[in-house]
Amino acid sequence: MYSQQFLEQLYRTLYTIRVFETQCIRLYRQGLIIGYFHPYLGEEAIATGVCAALREDDYIVSTHRGHGHCIARGGELKKMVSEVLGREDGYCHGRGGSMHIADVTKGNIGANGIVGGGIPIGVGAALGISVRGGDQVVAVFFSDGAANNGVFPESLNMAAIWNLPVVFVLENNQYAVSSPIEEMTRVPDLHKRGEAYGVPSSMIDGNDVLAVYERTREAVEMCRKGKGPVLIEAKTYRHGGHHVNDPGSYMPKERLEYYKAHDPVLIGRKYLREEGGVDEEQILAIEHEMDRQMEEAIEFARNSPHPSVEKFLEEVTRS
Amino acid sequence: MSTVAPDTTSQTTREIMYREALNEALREEMLRDDRVFLIGGGIGRRGGSYKVTVNLLDEFGPKRVIDAPISEASFTGMGVGAAITGMRPVVEILFVDFTSLIIDQIVNQAAKYRFMSGGKGRVPMVLRTQGGSGGSLAAQHSQSLEAWYYHVPGLKVVMPATPYDAKGLLKSAIRDDDPVIFIEHKLLYMEKGPVLQQEYTIDLGVGDIKRAGKDVTIVAWSGMVRQALSAAGKLSGQGIDAEVIDPRTLVPLDKEMILNSVRKTERLVIVQEAIRRGGVASDIASMVQQEAFDYLDAPIEIVAGKNTPIPFNSHLERVSVPQEADIIDAVKRCLYVQ
Repeated sequence: MYSQQFLEQLYRTLYTIRVFETQCIRLYRQGLIIGYFHPYLGEEAIATGVCAALREDDYIVSTHRGHGHCIARGGELKKMVSEVLGREDGYCHGRGGSMHIADVTKGNIGANGIVGGGIPIGVGAALGISVRGGDQVVAVFFSDGAANNGVFPESLNMAAIWNLPVVFVLENNQYAVSSPIEEMTRVPDLHKRGEAYGVPSSMIDGNDVLAVYERTREAVEMCRKGKGPVLIEAKTYRHGGHHVNDPGSYMPKERLEYYKAHDPVLIGRKYLREEGGVDEEQILAIEHEMDRQMEEAIEFARNSPHPSVEKFLEEVTRS
Repeated sequence: MSTVAPDTTSQTTREIMYREALNEALREEMLRDDRVFLIGGGIGRRGGSYKVTVNLLDEFGPKRVIDAPISEASFTGMGVGAAITGMRPVVEILFVDFTSLIIDQIVNQAAKYRFMSGGKGRVPMVLRTQGGSGGSLAAQHSQSLEAWYYHVPGLKVVMPATPYDAKGLLKSAIRDDDPVIFIEHKLLYMEKGPVLQQEYTIDLGVGDIKRAGKDVTIVAWSGMVRQALSAAGKLSGQGIDAEVIDPRTLVPLDKEMILNSVRKTERLVIVQEAIRRGGVASDIASMVQQEAFDYLDAPIEIVAGKNTPIPFNSHLERVSVPQEADIIDAVKRCLYVQ
């Protein structure tokens, strides 16, 4: 049903996100990365599956937990690692950092340090499409935490009344920082909110990359036909706390273990082996290649200079 | 500089209202550039509470003149997203008081996107809103909040005082590549003034000498320009020749125009409708004492709104914001005359 090439591409993305986050956490522990760093570990299948269903001229809007979205949208590892290290060769020349990587040339409107802040921005990109005409689509990534911010129902409603081409991708990792979703709402199955606004809504296993891909593909198709928006709730779980320095002690051990076993990267690996017919040796070769690319990116970033203070002060004086 | 003086004899002017001048600016820019569209509450069918957007729905259709639900934070954010992806939205928030609802999208998103993206992103969006007191609209519909936006790097702040300025500045704001907070004054919408028949724009950051004089400099913007001009008229009858400077845009600020005037008159009165604490007037005073200290012959006077929410009762409302007599008193204090 799926080509080997397609399954391999999905796995490359899943694995790259995993390696990026794992290696960056190592760099964080070494003191090379400072500030806030929110890993996407455990949620890799959502970005991977959604972005695989998009066209090059479509847009995405990301979140504070945004490295996975950026990689899945074709982000360059060298520029990403350089940015999280705050270096000149980073996406934002060290001015943005982990939470603010954007690359409009690749349709990535950007990550966001404000929970929920990107939702109306993504819907606005879709409004622009509607004013211009055309069949581009916007995938708006946001979380269960953001779903409780007022901009979510506002934006969902406006996308609905104007039939905007938006796929709302609700990454329900079940925690708003440390607050469990079942304590933050009476109805933790958040997709049910979409129905109240007349938006086709459903829930999927967010750790299953093919389930994410398939549901997104259908949603994108509806949007291109002018039948947007669509809401997809992808259930998932973080492999750790809210950010690198949060041990996540509030996460029940059994549930964490369940989700770690139900690992999106392992699920994607299994698809590649069983449905793609790729053997263990070949998979290891793919993994080694991605490991090497990440090593190269780290080497590149470590050698990238800090941004020039003089140039920065000159820009400030001019503004 | 594309600034054209309104009284240029070779050009034709006609008297139109501030709101009509704004309407012309929107219409001309929408005709000129397909990327320009309007979104806000009641701006389409109703034509806006102050009739600034009348007839635009008929001419441009509901895709480009969009009546939005009362979801200010989100439709402002939609303006930000549309701007990032190549459009030129003009978002309207009915009262500057309601911009409290959109602060995140303006301060954390629009203002910072260009910077955070390492200079690659652009947010060419205009936020049109109106402020000021007058008319007993009470505490949540009468504020002067320009200092909020003046304070945030990455935003431009425009506050036109005349129909001529309103039109030329709005056109420039729409063409600007950065987010512009465009604050109109509710008492000015029906004011008439000369506006060129021909197309023109006014560069952001270029002030205007609304009245030339030699004895004292009065800096005022938005609704306070009228008050300053009428005070200057009264003062001239008493032998005091005041120069009235309207910076027109607070960010960028035409510092040179203010400094040159102060170097000439050696006295400065700054008038703002907003309350004094943390206001733009204090910042201008600080800049002038730093850069023209040796020229000053008297302490800088600030005439500002009182430290109070705007009251409903019209007698109380009037004394809460600067009046002509307050400006005259301040001018006399810095000239040491009774």
